[in-house]
Amino acid sequence: MSYFSDIYHAIGSLLTGMSVTGKYFLHARKGAITQEYPDNRATLKMFDRFRGEVVMPHDENNQHRCTGCQKCELACPNGSIEIIWDRQIDPETGKKKKLIDQHIYHLGMCTMCGLCIEACPTDAIKWAQNFENSVYDRTYLTRVLNKPGSRVVSGLED
Amino acid sequence: MYIAMNITKNIHEWLLAILPETAASIVEMTLIALVYLAFFAIAGLFLVLLERKVAAWFQLRLGPNRVGFHGLMQTIADALKLVSKELTVTIKADKFLYNLAPYFVIVTALMALSLFPFSKELQAFDINIGIFFLIAISSIGVIGILLAGWSSNNKFAMIGAMRSGVQTISYELSVGLSLMTMVLMTGSLQLSEIVEVQKHGWLIVQGHIPAIIAFMIYMIAGTAETNRAPFDLVEAESELGAGFHTEYSGMKFAYFFLAEFINMFIISAIATTVFFGGYLSPFGITESIPLLGVFWFLAKTLVLIFLMMWFRWTFPRLRIDQLLVLEWKYLLPLNLMNLVLMALIVLLKLTIKF
Repeated sequence: MSYFSDIYHAIGSLLTGMSVTGKYFLHARKGAITQEYPDNRATLKMFDRFRGEVVMPHDENNQHRCTGCQKCELACPNGSIEIIWDRQIDPETGKKKKLIDQHIYHLGMCTMCGLCIEACPTDAIKWAQNFENSVYDRTYLTRVLNKPGSRVVSGLED
Repeated sequence: MYIAMNITKNIHEWLLAILPETAASIVEMTLIALVYLAFFAIAGLFLVLLERKVAAWFQLRLGPNRVGFHGLMQTIADALKLVSKELTVTIKADKFLYNLAPYFVIVTALMALSLFPFSKELQAFDINIGIFFLIAISSIGVIGILLAGWSSNNKFAMIGAMRSGVQTISYELSVGLSLMTMVLMTGSLQLSEIVEVQKHGWLIVQGHIPAIIAFMIYMIAGTAETNRAPFDLVEAESELGAGFHTEYSGMKFAYFFLAEFINMFIISAIATTVFFGGYLSPFGITESIPLLGVFWFLAKTLVLIFLMMWFRWTFPRLRIDQLLVLEWKYLLPLNLMNLVLMALIVLLKLTIKF
């Protein structure tokens, strides 16, 4: 008599499915995922895992955490990162030290794979949550991540 | 419906005064047809809007909300856009059949509408073979779909149309038999009499177990009849483009689209009339106001339409072999057993009557 038990189970599973969608229907007003984007532009906040672009955070003394190790440059699969560096005398210790001049990031070539951020040993670069990346000229897509006059936080290598 | 009846009576007398009898009746029929046409064109548009809104809520979206208050004008704007679009034809299409097909679909849909008793006195055409006529008319609609697929000269349209033929011919049987089960209780095919019988409790209550089984079978087969998901093999987007109406554009496409939604209304309206007491109010609470019959009829129909939309946005599409297995191995034998069961219950007077 598996014929009738088949029918019974089929109806049961159909009702289970309908109860799931029915719950969605009842909670649609509160739980709507849709963002009415241009209208809520000021208040729209992207979720934490969103990958907008690579940025280098600076602290209040205009100091970043990039030691110029170039691991991000090596990790990048399509050459979006270029680091121009130099050996300079560190004013605190008086020794010669590798310091970055410019950390150049080509947003136009970046595929947002995140390998650079995983590779960075000092957490100098991270994802930003901004989502309006369009520009009128592609030269704007080449960005220097370290701010002018910034320096590395001292004591990072220790 | 006394007010409306008075209006129609006045118009009737006025027409008789100025025209000979035959001409007057023809003018009256045309007027009624125009009223139905206008009303259901607009009803169809709002059903499309309802479908889109309900779909959005099932998927945790917002749905159309730009045109008009909460998007109420969205489908009107869509219809205006479709009217203004060019009617394209493929060069090797069979032009005559290609142009004829949309009218088959829309005319059969509108013809079926004339039979429903929206209220005690608001019924355009009270024919004594009502249910039979409805089933016959609704199976003519498939010819339009077959013609559309055949004459487009497009392989996807052709496959879609052939699937539609298989599906409609199979499920027609279940729709007919499940309605036949209910006719055993009413003893009449006339829709107004079927509603009158339900003054002692709706048929789904009167017939208890077999009636509920018949209702479930009817809703499944009815969904398949209208070619809606989960039975939308005809226009399976992922397989066939748009199915039988791939080559149609503009207003001809809109006819197919509108006919689908009016067919959904028809299937729900038949279920309302046969299972849920038509225009009768629950427990006769508004029996003294016959005008509210229209409200009850439309309310019950909308609940059933919502049920069909719920099916659509819950269940995945069936494969063609699963579709045929469901009909021929499950629904049809169950339906025949159910028919015998109902006959026994009617014979032994086991029906519940208030």
